[in-house]
This record gives sequence, C-alpha cells and structure tokens, in this order.
Amino acid sequence: MNAAVDAATRVFDLRAVPLREVNRFLHSDLGGVREVRIEHPDGAHSIAVGMDAPVHVDIVGHAGYYAAGMNKHADVVVHGNAGPGVAENMMSGTVRVKGFASVSAAASARGGLLVVEGDCGLRCGISLKGADVVVGGSVGSFSMFMAQAGRLVVCGDAGDALGDSLYEAVIYVRGEVKSLGADARFEDMTEADVAAVAHLLARAGLDHDPRRFRRIASARSLYHWNVDANQEY
Amino acid sequence: MKIQREESWGYDRRILDYIQHAAATGLYEIRGLGAKRALPHFDDLVFLAASLSRYPLEGYRERCTTTTVLGTRFATRPVELAIPITIAGMSFGSLSAHVKEALGRAATECGTSTTTGDGGMTEEERGSSKTLVYQCLPSRYGFDPDHVRRADAIEVVIGQGAKPGGGGMLLGQKVNPRVAAMRTLPEGVDQRSACRHPDWTGPDDLAIKIKELREITDWEKPIYVKVGATRVFNDVKLAVHAGADVVVVDGLQGGTAATQTVFIEHVGIPTLAAVRQAVDALEDMDMVGKVQLIVSGGIRTGADVAKALAMGADAVSIGQGVLMALGCNSDSWIRGARPDGSGGEHVPCTDDYAALGTAPGFCHHCHTGRCPVGVTTQDAVLEQRLQPPVGARRVRNYLKTMAMEVSTLARACGKQNVHHLEREDLVALTVEAAAMAGVPLAGTNWIPGR
Repeated sequence: MNAAVDAATRVFDLRAVPLREVNRFLHSDLGGVREVRIEHPDGAHSIAVGMDAPVHVDIVGHAGYYAAGMNKHADVVVHGNAGPGVAENMMSGTVRVKGFASVSAAASARGGLLVVEGDCGLRCGISLKGADVVVGGSVGSFSMFMAQAGRLVVCGDAGDALGDSLYEAVIYVRGEVKSLGADARFEDMTEADVAAVAHLLARAGLDHDPRRFRRIASARSLYHWNVDANQEY
Repeated sequence: MKIQREESWGYDRRILDYIQHAAATGLYEIRGLGAKRALPHFDDLVFLAASLSRYPLEGYRERCTTTTVLGTRFATRPVELAIPITIAGMSFGSLSAHVKEALGRAATECGTSTTTGDGGMTEEERGSSKTLVYQCLPSRYGFDPDHVRRADAIEVVIGQGAKPGGGGMLLGQKVNPRVAAMRTLPEGVDQRSACRHPDWTGPDDLAIKIKELREITDWEKPIYVKVGATRVFNDVKLAVHAGADVVVVDGLQGGTAATQTVFIEHVGIPTLAAVRQAVDALEDMDMVGKVQLIVSGGIRTGADVAKALAMGADAVSIGQGVLMALGCNSDSWIRGARPDGSGGEHVPCTDDYAALGTAPGFCHHCHTGRCPVGVTTQDAVLEQRLQPPVGARRVRNYLKTMAMEVSTLARACGKQNVHHLEREDLVALTVEAAAMAGVPLAGTNWIPGR
C-alpha cells in the first residue's frame, strides 16, 4: 500500500512496495513531500540510505542494517530497534532510534546527531569523524575505536577497551567504564565539557545531570611511532 | 694479506643490514613501492603465436578490439573502457594533487579509468577523469555520499597485495593541512589506517554492505571488490557470493605508499598464481563473463597485460608502473615544458636522492614525502617538480604503448579482440611458473600438479 495522507506526507508499506522503489523516491526531488512514513519495515536492510534532503522519515518498526546510512539533511526516526551500522557515515541531519541499536552505530559518521534511546552494541562510534552520538543506555566494547572527531555521550555504562586509539574525538560517560583502550585516558571535566554534555542531552531529550559525566580523550601518546609501545599499534 | 670475502648465504649483507638496523633502532622498516625479491612472474610465460596451426592477423592493418566492459552483472550503467588497462587506486596524501590530476587526464585521453585512494576524492581527479572509480576503504577517510554519487563505480577494498591483512600508513611528514583536513586527522600525525571496515564483518555482512551501496546509487554503478592475493580461490568466491560485479585481485608484487617491509616481502602470493586461482574460482561458479576480473600487482608491460588477459583477466590495473612513467626513480625532473607537456629541460636531482640515502633506480622512499621527482610528496616545493601536463603526457604514452603491445601480441595469436587471448596461447619457461599459472612447461604437455 502506498498512500498519500496529504500532499506533504507520503506513506510506504514495505510489505507492498519494494525497498528499491522507496529509496528511489527518497532520492528524488520529493515533489513537495516533507514527511515520509515507512510502515512494516520488518527488519529490512538499507532503509532510507543516501538521503540528501531535509525531509522527516518515520520508520515504524524495527530496521535492519544501515538504516539512514550516509544520511544528509534528513531527520529519521526508527520507532523500534536498529541493526548494525545505523547512520553509518552520516554527514548531517539527525537519526533517532527509539529502541536499541546493534553494532557499529554511527560508524565513521562525519556530521549530524545520532540518538539511541536504548543501549548500543559493540563498536558504537567506531571511526567517528565529527558526528555527535548520544546513547540513553549503555554501549558495548570497543566503542569509539579509532574515533577521529566528534563526541559520544553515554548515559549508562561502557564496555571494554573504550576509546581505543582515539584521535581527537571525546567521550563522556555517566556510568561505569569496564576498561579503557590503548591511549585513552580520563580527563577532568571543564565547564566547556559540562556545557557540551548539557547541550547534547537537551538535543537528545534526555534528562541527566551533566556534571555526573566523566570525560575520556586521547593521551596522544600514539600519534607518532613509539618503539616502547609496540603492542599498542 | 689476502682479504677473505666468502659471503654467508643465510647472513648476507642484506640480512646483516636488517639485523643491524633493528638492533640500532628497535623499529621495523617502513617503505614504499612493492616487493623487490625475485618471484615467478609473467616474464616466465611466453606466447605460442600463430604459424601453420593458427592463422595470424596483419599486425598493422587488421582491427583488433581492445574495448573492455566492466560491471555487467547488476549495474545498470557498466563501465566501458577503450583499453583493458586501468589506473589503480592510490591516495591523495601518498600522491600529490598534481599527480592525481595527471593520472586523470592520461586515463581520460586513453579512454580508461583511474581510481581514488585512502584519502578520499579530490576535485583535481574528479575534474580530470572521465571515468573515476571511488574506493570504499576500511579507514573511510573523507568518505562522502556525494562522492559516491559522483563516481562511475565503487570499489570496496578488502586488502591490497602489498599488505593483505594490514592497514595503510601515512607518516606525519605527508599529513599536511589539506591532507589532514580531508582525513579529519591532526596535522603531522603518523596516520594508521584501519585494516577492518568499521560497519561490517565477514562476507555475509559484505553482501548487505554492497546492497546498501547499490541502494544509495539506485543500482546504477558497478561495485568492485578488491582483495589482496592470499587465499584467492576462496576470497574470489566469497566476493562473487557477496554480489560483486567486478573482483580485483592484487598480487604480492603490488605497491604501496608506506608499509612495513616485512609485509611487502613476506605476505601474499605472486600475481601469476593469483590470476589462475581467481579464474578457477570464476569457472567453478560459472561466472566467467558475468563477473569481470581485474588483476594487479606488478603489471609493467604490454606483455604482462596480454598474459594476464590470456590467463582470464578482463582487465589489469597499474600503480607502480604509472608512477615510474611519471618519473619515479628518474635521475631528473622536467622544468619548463610546453602546455601540452612536451619539451622542457631535464633538471638533475641525484643529490636529492642521496639526501634520502638512496639513488635513482633504487629509491623506495615514498613514505618520507621527499620524493625527488615530485610524485609521492605533499611538499609545496617538491610537488612543483611534476606538472600535470608533463605527467599526463608521459602516462598517456605509457598506456598507449602497452595497449599497442597487447593488440600486437593478440594479432600474432590470430585474435581480433584482445579478450580472445586464452590460456592455450601460453606456455611456461619454468616449472614453478607452469605450476602456478596452470599452463604447460614449454615444449611439453606437462602442467605440474594437474
């Protein structure tokens, strides 16, 4: 079923319309449509990938791999859980997951904001390149591995090897950190950090005291070859 | 007194130098280009041209097609090239912007493609390249969906022949402000590229990743998958299973801008062996002609190209060869060339090689960023030594020479199309090459192991 609720809204039922057709529409000039509702996603992969327009997309249910991958400008909400690589390589816009997100959320994302209201799996924010990520729950091990720029706010706990081989990205964690990865270290929260966390929490619609977060950043000891750190490379 | 000079085979000067360097520094060597050791290669094969049992074409008159089409399996817009010789992926960062522009111009003039690299897509190469393959690498440096949309094909890089299983490197001296900005890195950092993709793990995930790229490009653009040659038979099968339109197999002789020497010399299998395993995999899956095969890693001459095609490749890809055409390891660079890249004065630069501790013909110091001929550098002064018109002219000449050599050999074998060259046209000069390539030892019907 593919129905128009009004001129500015378009509804696709993925049980009736092939994903290819939905994505092709989302890549088109949209003909004045400002809101798109995708029903019965049923865990399909690559829903709303490659968006390049300021349109609002509701995915009503669980999404598979790469939901809203490489997003630019769009505002995407997954009303369920998201599979691996949600918002991977996002450039701008916002992606919100109302449930949980699997591994590699926001992998290599360069801009925009990802909000996951539940928990994230392993490697959240891996290779991050400038985006912001706010997680209402906890994140799995190896999160922010080799993250280069951007911020991750974790309202719950973090798993092992958090921030391994970080460059200039910054992590804020409210709960426990099981272990830090190579070259990651706790640093004092400055007023600028508190303000940044408060701002990101507000954008995410989450209510926590920003002063209860701890900052993790790179010690920068692996920026240049170091013979005494051979197991760290 | 007589000086005893019996050199140890096991501890020769090369090994002594390695041990003494390790002892002095505690660091492994990092360098550029590819393997220097002797390996079974295409030189170990020869063609059986036409005589009484085969009928040749006139070498200079009869038409011999070189057109090459890549990406016919799923893409609605396959890549059509005038010649089966493409330019391999090399990063902006390892190479200067002038070089990327020169490669694009040369490829366009010859009707072939060039390829981005680990640093993302530059405007210089997009603007100068009619057909540009955009790499999706583990690092995702500068990866941009706008560039995906502007590309003519996408190449998912799993590994490369110089360092299968390893990530790339770009030492701090080459991470200048522009490179740092493109890669979102601190300026001057010794950059380590990831060796695993951040958002997928294993061939089943790769199939989903490829479908994502197809959805983003509305199923128009061919998707290549590039692997470094190790377990080639299985890897090619997995790449095909994952949905690749084109598989690129990069052999041990493939080059790099900077990697540990231990990788360059000791990891992977020679290109000669890799081609045969790749073709065996495609034949086993009944995918010959459906999935195209590009072979790279030490392809240097028209003869190499022809032999790769005869063994079953659809095209080849060249990196180090085009760098050498640009002037890599030359003893001079060209100043004051005409706008078309011709003429100019040769300026000696042997002293600049000496300052790096090397000499023309021996240099592999791409990693230093101090390339004496301005090819593998980000230095504002050195990069002026290679002007795009000069580089474009030289690479165009090199590509044209090889293309002519391929068609000459094909005609001699009685083929009206270079893609009609076949294994039956080849024999091997050594037992090793016969075994790896799966063609008979010359003068016999013997294929070792078959």
